[in-house]
Amino acid sequence: MKEKLAGVAGLAILAIVLEAVVRAGWISPLVVAPPSALPAAFIRMWDEGFILHPVGVTLAQAFTATVAAALIGIPWGYLLWRKPLLGEAYTPWIGAAFAAPTVLLFPLFLVLFGRGYATTIFVGFIAAVIPIVLKTREAFAAVPKVLLDVGRSFRLPESGLVRRVAFPAAVPGIFTGMRLGLIYALVNIIGMEFLIDFGGLGRIASEMYFRFEIPGMYVAIILIVLVSWTFLAVLSRLETWLRPR
Amino acid sequence: MAATQIRLLTLVSILIIWELVARSGLLYQDVVPSLLKIGKAFGFLLIDPITWRHFAVSAWEIGAGLAIGYVLGILFGLAAGTRRFFGAAVAPYVDGIATAPKIVFLPIVMLLVGTGIGSKLALGALSAFFPVAINMAASVRHINPTFVRVGQSFRLSRWQMATRIYLPALRPSLVTSLRLGFGLAVVGVLLAEIKLSNAGLGFLANEHYSHYRVPDLYAVLVLVFIVAVGLNSLMGRFAERR
Repeated sequence: MKEKLAGVAGLAILAIVLEAVVRAGWISPLVVAPPSALPAAFIRMWDEGFILHPVGVTLAQAFTATVAAALIGIPWGYLLWRKPLLGEAYTPWIGAAFAAPTVLLFPLFLVLFGRGYATTIFVGFIAAVIPIVLKTREAFAAVPKVLLDVGRSFRLPESGLVRRVAFPAAVPGIFTGMRLGLIYALVNIIGMEFLIDFGGLGRIASEMYFRFEIPGMYVAIILIVLVSWTFLAVLSRLETWLRPR
Repeated sequence: MAATQIRLLTLVSILIIWELVARSGLLYQDVVPSLLKIGKAFGFLLIDPITWRHFAVSAWEIGAGLAIGYVLGILFGLAAGTRRFFGAAVAPYVDGIATAPKIVFLPIVMLLVGTGIGSKLALGALSAFFPVAINMAASVRHINPTFVRVGQSFRLSRWQMATRIYLPALRPSLVTSLRLGFGLAVVGVLLAEIKLSNAGLGFLANEHYSHYRVPDLYAVLVLVFIVAVGLNSLMGRFAERR
């Protein structure tokens, strides 16, 4: 609790220092918006529909991308576990794709899909599907052998073994993959919106910069940080809450 | 059938399907260019001296940005890891900014240092800083406390503690951090170049894109991926050897 207070106090001091430095004329308000200008900018942006609607647009894309990634990624992860040879062949590739800067391929997606939601959602999909495949495979691989043996001793057929035993045991691990996928999708989609001036939150940040509305630009960037952070916090909470104890 | 054969078969099938799609005329011209065209473009890219001038710009931005972000990240991580109160106080803010896409900070960076090379370098540093700082802070917290107590019982000075106890214990995570930082610095710098610049491989890719020279665009991206993935796996080897 004390730490949190100290953090908030630190932030408040930072804001006061920035305000003082800008008012003293040491830094131009065209470079750093004085913190006192931000609430007015926020209200103006709210009235002009630059807050709620973009947040909704961005979140909707992130969810769409993640649902698509789950529909494709979970069966893939399952297959890589079920057929060990496929797992051995493809898992290193997927691992490498996880480390590779795949987002840099976006100009190709622009060529393929045009400058629209198809591109932003596809970028989110690529970012989300990789951790979902990897975590799903890991989750199935980590199912204790004892559980499967118990199922077998009850003479469950193979299909029942997967449906009644392996899958329920793998659900928490799969959820971890989906949580990572959702966050990666969100972050990549916002970045993409910023880069191609299209869509929700990211576009607002870019637009405010090119319009030279400096306080608005800071509001948009702070909003992006807040949305990312809230998402991360809510999903981590949800995961601990869902995990069997 | 062994895993290697499956991989080979997959690769060959992808290339064949690619070529068939390219020649089918189903898509607009060059949306999926023939492999021959991409190969030719890649060849020209490699022998064109202009390529290497852009390459050098990007390499400098990534290298210098990574160096700055890496050093600052280590220092911040050490501070946040050893001083629990400070670490706990800043954690939510660091985590929050670390999660957000770094590219959206580009406008602030450009207002501060202009739209030139400095802004890409700064974005590379910003991108590399967070994974390094978070990784280092976590590893400092997980150092075997016995090591620290041994150091204290020998009455090591602050400097000796850092060089004799902390750094050797942190060596594996120093390598991991460098790898994480490198990956994100590459993305940060190249995205910033694509958004607004007049030099670098990201700029080159954007030029090809806006003039619809798709095979050349592929060639630039292939070069970027070969270098980035190559360096990454090299660092991975280096990390494993310890």
